[in-house]
Amino acid sequence: MHELAVTESILSIAEKHASQANASRVTDIHIVIGKLASIVDDSVQFYWDIISQDTICANALLHFTRKPAQLICLECNTEYILEDELTTCPQCGGARIKVISGDEFWLESIEIEK
Amino acid sequence: MNPLHVPVVEKILSANDQVAELNRQWLDGSKTFGINIMASPGAGKTSVILQTIKTLAPRLRIGVVEGDTAPVTIDADKVIAAGMPAVQINTGGDCHLDAVMLRKGLEQLASEQMDLMIVENVGNLICPAAFSLGTHMNVLIASIPEGDDKPYKYPAIYRGLNVLIINKIDLLPYVKFNMAYFRQGVEMLNPGLMTFPVSCVSGEGIPEWTAWLEKQVMQIKKK
Repeated sequence: MHELAVTESILSIAEKHASQANASRVTDIHIVIGKLASIVDDSVQFYWDIISQDTICANALLHFTRKPAQLICLECNTEYILEDELTTCPQCGGARIKVISGDEFWLESIEIEK
Repeated sequence: MNPLHVPVVEKILSANDQVAELNRQWLDGSKTFGINIMASPGAGKTSVILQTIKTLAPRLRIGVVEGDTAPVTIDADKVIAAGMPAVQINTGGDCHLDAVMLRKGLEQLASEQMDLMIVENVGNLICPAAFSLGTHMNVLIASIPEGDDKPYKYPAIYRGLNVLIINKIDLLPYVKFNMAYFRQGVEMLNPGLMTFPVSCVSGEGIPEWTAWLEKQVMQIKKK
């Protein structure tokens, strides 16, 4: 439900970098979202179409790269992916784990026209 | 014309994080210890806050920032009735407090000379985890009737915690809640997490929680 705030943030970052680069318009925006960031890209897209109107980013395409949450078992070093629900190590059943990645949530790059 | 590629690599919530940093500076500057209390609706955030105030009020000046999705001042009224300053922040339907909203709350409490500032976040296990507020400590209140599977289903919020309170332990005899399973999930996400099982009805565990909290508050006073 916090996708509106997030989408506004994406717009303001994209506008800032577009104006620094003297762009006439932004055509594409690349966003990286980790599994643990809890963001629904469909909702971001929905808000985007509304709030980007009449800005330099109007009609820019959003591209989402989803990164899985990767875990490592500290007992047997098996790496595995966090699905919807946290599980113990599929190899040895160990419960001592570490999250390696999945928190990513950044704007990677934009494509502009001058 | 060929589109031009502009690398950005900027955290999408960096604006929030910057305001959170300002909040932290304000808290440090006024020697106020700030805690952010998160939980699902009905876990007992307000009850734990009232118990905490009741226990620590003789020795500490405590202010509360209440986050609510609607302009309903039930929670803030209870705090004020307990003799402490409270401000209500209406998020206008939003599912979480962010650093800017907290900043507004802090401005209203600025003259209160608080030792401890408690934020009662919006009842939700997903969104508040994404927005840092600048407080010194993130606290989650889990409660027995919610079930023992919550760490497995909401891993993101458990990872960012400094303290876990397990509320309503007086209901353990009546509810199917496997404490070992629950604690294993917590341990997987946040090893060694400081945990206080409490009951706001019987008062069990409240002295341990408040004594520990008071110690944290005193540490910032000494700095």
